[in-house]
Amino acid sequence: MSEFASGSLTGKNLHLSFGSNHVLRGIDLHVEKGTTASVIGPSGSGKSTLLRVMNRLIEPDQGDILLDGRSVLKDNPDELRQRIGMVFQQFNLFPHKTVVDNVSLALRKLRKLPAEQARAEALEQLDLVGLKHKADARPANLSGGQQQRVAIARALAMKPEVMFFDEATSALDPELVKGVLALMADLAKGGMTMVVVTHEMGFSRNVSDTVTFMDGGVVVESGPPEQIFTNPRTERLQGFLSDVL
Amino acid sequence: MDALDQLVKTFFDWEAMAAVLPNMIRFGLPNTLILAVSSGVLGCILGMVLAVMGTSRITALRWLSRIYTDVFRGVPAIVVILLIGLGLGPVVRVTTGSTNPFPLAIFALTLMAAAYIGEIFRSGIQSVEKGQLEASRALGFSYGSSMRLVVIPQGIRRVLPALVNQFITLIKDSSLIYLLGLITSQREIFRIGNDAAALTGNLSPLVAAAFMYLILTVPLTHLVNYIDKRLRTGRPEKQQPDDAAALIGKGAQP
Repeated sequence: MSEFASGSLTGKNLHLSFGSNHVLRGIDLHVEKGTTASVIGPSGSGKSTLLRVMNRLIEPDQGDILLDGRSVLKDNPDELRQRIGMVFQQFNLFPHKTVVDNVSLALRKLRKLPAEQARAEALEQLDLVGLKHKADARPANLSGGQQQRVAIARALAMKPEVMFFDEATSALDPELVKGVLALMADLAKGGMTMVVVTHEMGFSRNVSDTVTFMDGGVVVESGPPEQIFTNPRTERLQGFLSDVL
Repeated sequence: MDALDQLVKTFFDWEAMAAVLPNMIRFGLPNTLILAVSSGVLGCILGMVLAVMGTSRITALRWLSRIYTDVFRGVPAIVVILLIGLGLGPVVRVTTGSTNPFPLAIFALTLMAAAYIGEIFRSGIQSVEKGQLEASRALGFSYGSSMRLVVIPQGIRRVLPALVNQFITLIKDSSLIYLLGLITSQREIFRIGNDAAALTGNLSPLVAAAFMYLILTVPLTHLVNYIDKRLRTGRPEKQQPDDAAALIGKGAQP
């Protein structure tokens, strides 16, 4: 029933150190095809780094990454990243390109689509996020919420099997958060496989299928949202929840 | 009054200036522009290579770029022109039979300009937020494609003013080619002014040369200011409220 060609994603025993700083200390994370996993935890717990390791923006020191059950560590990392869309806290739209060019760039240069076809597909994606009318604007002339929706369209245009969201609403003004979260919820309902690093506990609780609580580079607790939010078992999670809720 | 007349005569003898003007326009101006533009273009190409090397993840390339830049930025232009022009001149003459000093002068100016332009490009590239490279790589672009399509175009834009300044320097430094010996039709602005001044014992032709340089450089200086202002203020027009946020498709009721 999925609108997307999504796949499952698994990180197994992922380790990463920067010098003596052991950022990830054996992380296991599994996202079932078509489901949403949210990752919560205090700042500096390694959540954002985990995303970057799982699409190999940073190579793990140890461990394995499986997409649809197959290890992708030996694949070309650029090709792997074409299969995993990513949305950033700071949007990271390309300011020297128009909105539609932001979305069509990868279609033209990586998918090798002819310009008109790439533009048509990009416009379709922009329509999906409600910003077709901004196609020829520059990112700088858009609000933060609009920019983030363009960034989501840019990632979706590549028809990824998995989507990563790295604190996608943290840089937004409060009144703009809702629109972006609604769009993310929409994708989740549509059957996209998603890993969502977030500080939005409401989203984590209501939209995700599993919640993973990270602290100090390890997974402290994970499970379905009811369990994590209503019945936290570890003291660390209880403490974190009482701080943020 | 005699002293003042003498001074005016020395610097602003209009007849002496007018006499030198045809040669200035016919030979001086185009030759100066040929030197400055060709070494500017070549310097940009070599400078970009140096900048990409200087921001590379490979240590050896960074070092190579560093050493080159330190050497050619640290040596006076006159030394480089003399060493290249006089050192390679005979070799070129023997192998090609050409005695034209222009290629070697352009080569020398290029080598120096590249060191400065490389630094300008490098600072521009490094001023682009890390997230830009990250976003491009996350889409699946290789490091090289990301630099070419995303990072470098933004970096260049930010350093356009510095680049124009460098071109102004090239226009002025091109005068040093006179050291290599020029035949009549090869003379550029300075040499024409200087020759006429030496011939007449009056400095006015040299002042005319100065005016010619100013005609070239002053508009460029203002172009720099204009670009600088555009880059600073020209971008954001008007922030639109996020009116569509609540209306989007099926996501309106999560």
